[in-house]
Amino acid sequence: MTAPADRQSHAFGELLTEPAPAAVQAPVQRVVEVVGRRPVGAYVELTFAAPETAGRAVPGQFVAFAIGGRESAMLLRRSIAIAGTGDGRLTVVVAPHGPGSTWLAGLQPGATVDVVGPLGRPFPLPEPGTPALLVGGGYGAAALVGLAGALRERGSDVSAVAGAASADRLCSVDELSALAGVTVLTDDGSAGRRGWVTDAVAEQVGRVGVVYACGPMGMLRAVAELATAAGVPSYVAVEESMACGIGVCMTCVLPVVGADGRTRFSRSCTEGPVFGGDRVRFADVGTLTADVVGAAAMGVLPA
Amino acid sequence: MGTALAFAPIPGPVLTASGCSAFGQELEPFVDLDALGAVVTKSVQLQPRSGRPTPRMAETPSGMLNSIGLQGPGIDGLLADELPWLAQRGARALVSIAGTRVEHFAELATRLRGVPGVLGLEVNISCPNVESRGEVFACDPVAAADVVAAVREAADPAHPVFAKLSPDVTDIVSIARSVTAAGADGLSMINTLLGLVIDPDTMRPVLGGVTGGLSGPAIRPVALRCVWQVHQALPEVPVLGMGGIRTGLDALQFVLAGASAVSVGTAVFNDPSAPARVHAELADALAARGFASLRDAVGYAHR
Ligand SMILES: Cc1cc2nc3c(=O)[nH]c(=O)nc-3n(C[C@H](O)[C@H](O)[C@H](O)COP(=O)(O)OP(=O)(O)OC[C@H]3O[C@@H](n4cnc5c(N)ncnc54)[C@H](O)[C@@H]3O)c2cc1C
Ligand SMILES: Cc1cc2nc3c(=O)[nH]c(=O)nc-3n(C[C@H](O)[C@H](O)[C@H](O)COP(=O)(O)O)c2cc1C
Ligand code: FES
Repeated sequence: MTAPADRQSHAFGELLTEPAPAAVQAPVQRVVEVVGRRPVGAYVELTFAAPETAGRAVPGQFVAFAIGGRESAMLLRRSIAIAGTGDGRLTVVVAPHGPGSTWLAGLQPGATVDVVGPLGRPFPLPEPGTPALLVGGGYGAAALVGLAGALRERGSDVSAVAGAASADRLCSVDELSALAGVTVLTDDGSAGRRGWVTDAVAEQVGRVGVVYACGPMGMLRAVAELATAAGVPSYVAVEESMACGIGVCMTCVLPVVGADGRTRFSRSCTEGPVFGGDRVRFADVGTLTADVVGAAAMGVLPA
Repeated sequence: MGTALAFAPIPGPVLTASGCSAFGQELEPFVDLDALGAVVTKSVQLQPRSGRPTPRMAETPSGMLNSIGLQGPGIDGLLADELPWLAQRGARALVSIAGTRVEHFAELATRLRGVPGVLGLEVNISCPNVESRGEVFACDPVAAADVVAAVREAADPAHPVFAKLSPDVTDIVSIARSVTAAGADGLSMINTLLGLVIDPDTMRPVLGGVTGGLSGPAIRPVALRCVWQVHQALPEVPVLGMGGIRTGLDALQFVLAGASAVSVGTAVFNDPSAPARVHAELADALAARGFASLRDAVGYAHR
């Protein structure tokens, strides 16, 4: 483990990113109807008639679904990235995983669901015209489609890398291809190149002015490290276990370096999910190090 | 449905629960904060606390397990940022205080004297007592009484002091007697029950803190039993009831058992507008049963 002193100097000296600013509009809570359902490989794409939610959404934000209705024994909300908005509709891509996401993925057109959103901090946009690299792992690519559109509108040249374990776990490749040059990679070679997204990121990072990533934590870490090593700012949308999605439960924290250079346990729902890639202390997720603000009161002695 | 927390009048009987609505700000898009009985703040200590490392929660049948470890800004942060924000909006704060020594609690009560917007204090005695090898104050009638007496002595005379009891005791009535004899103006019941979840894949406890507090509808019958027993033994002592309240009919059960106000905790994670909804549903439920006032219904099930 790196000594806290090293982290401090790193934190104060050389960060390439600013903390992502909060969204301008407040979230709403609405009961919305499913108007479209389409299996895409291992995932299910759901579209809702949700004009107020969709109208407020900015790329990088997510929504939180209640599972199973008023009497449900599953109380905690499920957070899902916003994959698309337009015409008063909200689109998400759900990977059936445990009981809650499986319930969501099984929703049929005509069904209704309680959704809170848009939530979280959007991707900060660079100076107009800055060339950008977007990196999506699995269903994480869905969260980058809106961003690709916004960057194009501001004159950025956009390239994207989409990766997954296998072809059926790729996502949003067609949508991204309409907006960007896309490199596809799979672990097993069943689509695109065989390999990891980091292979393509390493090749392309030198040609861009900013990197954005959404996907599993291990991938985010690797992409952020590549970008930082190349002197390129990166923004990552993290996926931490969330109970409420709105900032009241404190379950979703991870160690993040703030604007003042100090590390805090920051809520990934309200202070994220988008963080500067060089601000997330990936190696320390799930641990408490002595330099986290308030660690002393927990009985962790400074090193 | 006006009611009171002991001698402090409040406009409605529904409050938030400590640790389940942070300091109120995040609920603003969903509920009218100044229409709530009060916002019960996350337990505050003298120093800022990082809280425990993740994972901090696990969903359980009709409930959840949490081990947040009282993450919070400490009393200075509360006084500088959170309480002025609530006061500005006309919301009342029932400030939850916590510590590991009797003097910590007393100092917190002193710091909160005369602070605008503070309605009263809730004393979270479900904390380890460093002077008793970490035994929880709430489980020892003498230690619990020592804390409450010190807080009552130090607190603003205009602030009612509510002692928050743990259900993890053999005889909750004896603890209730002890803390009311020591000067508690009312009792908050109940805090979470200690629980454990093991991940069958890793074959280790899920939570970073190993054990955690169980909350939500799963604990409602236990909470209701505690309120019932204490109201039966001490009918004059005001009770703020909580534990698994999700609907107005749940709240009604607590009122009938002896609570003159209720807190909505975990249900907020499922439905951020729950405090306002429970208020409306409780009003309807009382009217439908012919109660002219909330007071007439308090303890009505004991007839
Ligand atoms: C900002 C964000 C965006 C996301 N976007 C998507 C998306 O576009 N598509 C998609 O399929 N999934 C997405 N996820 C992951 C999704 O939230 C989880 O897979 C899902 O909550 C798991 O629920 P479950 O019922 O299957 O699992 P369970 O293990 O039964 O869930 C129990 C509890 O843990 C929480 N939880 C468990 N795993 C995760 C996780 N990986 N992330 C967050 N909470 C978790 C759940 O919310 C729930 O409260 C996203 C997560 C976050 C934080
Ligand atoms: C995530 C979480 C954090 C909590 N934090 C606190 C706390 O800081 N202080 C406290 O007195 N109780 C805390 N509680 C307990 C609640 O205030 C409440 O007593 C308990 O959860 C039962 O009510 P519920 O079932 O409505 O949640 C917490 C509960 C949860 C779920
Ligand atoms: S999910 Fe509840 S605070 Fe972030």
